[in-house]
Amino acid sequence: MSEEIYRVKIGGVFEGPMDLLVYLIKKNEVNVYDIPIALITDQYLEYLEMLKIMNIDLAGEFIVMAATLIHIKSKLLLPVHKEVEGDDLDPRLEITRPLVEYLRIKSAAESLISRNILGEDTFIRSPQKVDGLIDAQDELIQIGLFELIDAFQKILKHIALEQRVDLTADRISVKDRISEIVDILEERGSVAFDELFEKTVEKSDIIVTFLAILEMVRLAIIRIFQHVESGIIRLFYQ
Amino acid sequence: MTSDIKYIIESLLFVSTDPLSIDRIKKVIPDADTKEIREALYSLSAEYEQRGGAFLLSEIAGGYQIRTRPLYSDWIKRLIQPGPARLSRAAMETLAIVAYKQPVIRNDIETIRGVDSGGVLRVLMERKLIRVLGRQKIPGRPLIYGTTRQFLEVFDLKDLTELPTPKEIEELGEAPAGKTPEAIPENDQDGNAEKGKNA
Repeated sequence: MSEEIYRVKIGGVFEGPMDLLVYLIKKNEVNVYDIPIALITDQYLEYLEMLKIMNIDLAGEFIVMAATLIHIKSKLLLPVHKEVEGDDLDPRLEITRPLVEYLRIKSAAESLISRNILGEDTFIRSPQKVDGLIDAQDELIQIGLFELIDAFQKILKHIALEQRVDLTADRISVKDRISEIVDILEERGSVAFDELFEKTVEKSDIIVTFLAILEMVRLAIIRIFQHVESGIIRLFYQ
Repeated sequence: MTSDIKYIIESLLFVSTDPLSIDRIKKVIPDADTKEIREALYSLSAEYEQRGGAFLLSEIAGGYQIRTRPLYSDWIKRLIQPGPARLSRAAMETLAIVAYKQPVIRNDIETIRGVDSGGVLRVLMERKLIRVLGRQKIPGRPLIYGTTRQFLEVFDLKDLTELPTPKEIEELGEAPAGKTPEAIPENDQDGNAEKGKNA
């Protein structure tokens, strides 16, 4: 039949069966409200066959759609007894309704994309003082959890091995530590990661401080950046 | 005095990182009434239009914000580090479903798209474009999704009623009379836009 048609469209191009159906309908230039079920079903199955040959794992949804199409096709082949059903519902509606719905959503998505997207087409004054401005020398990068954990491990190594957690000692809570750090940040705007651990000798304090930092990131109280050249991690108040 | 208010508002717009609502402006300038503020905003907007410079006044998420004209986006992108990667087509489709159908559950989204949408929903949640509105009181108590204020801000929308109407799919054929599937319901979720900030 028409093998060449699908050649460019293989593998991951169609996100789901609906996508494939839309493609087939457009390609054949048929009316979505009057789908030639036999033709579309054949081409759909052909496509699935191609995927199988290419050893591409078929998502279950594709099979379900194939079954639906065949089901509709078989219904259309049966003689219609108008009196029995009362109204003559087109069996193809089963596929037309969701298709039209899907096409509407596709077009809605298109019109969203065509809007003036913030950070893409239009910009606002940068809310973060440190975020964004490109300066080759003083570039700061936003770091992830792994860099943070690395830094934390380095600090843990600094404390002597014989030190133990003293359970009776007055221990500071994560909440209190957060407010301490906020105090520092309110005064200075930013602080080096290592600096926050300088006074602490207890492992528990170090952990509390680290948890406080994580919590503050989660609550978007601070942003963490690493200086590209020196590798110093700094916390910025936002 | 009128022009004073106008430039007071302009200064507020200049320093504010979020869109400023008329109510917010009113709190800063208690003497000004809503009408005055609105007129000042229109006047500012007209001024920017007439000047045809780098920025304009956009009505976003129930407020007003100074934004750059799309014309200069390429230059700005050379100065500012690129933001997060563009949303994939799958993500845009899912976002469109949430935007038009909200409040909506995952199962309904997947029915329309015909594919699993869990991963895409997670991406949209991470981008703070959608949020969980609650749980539906049906078996399994599925999560209900809706769009956020951030969504309005990113897509340059005044409110959800401003969502573009999906264009009719004429090129795909006329619907025979009586068989037109129901149109996408009109959105009446304005209230959610405001609440979205707490997401």
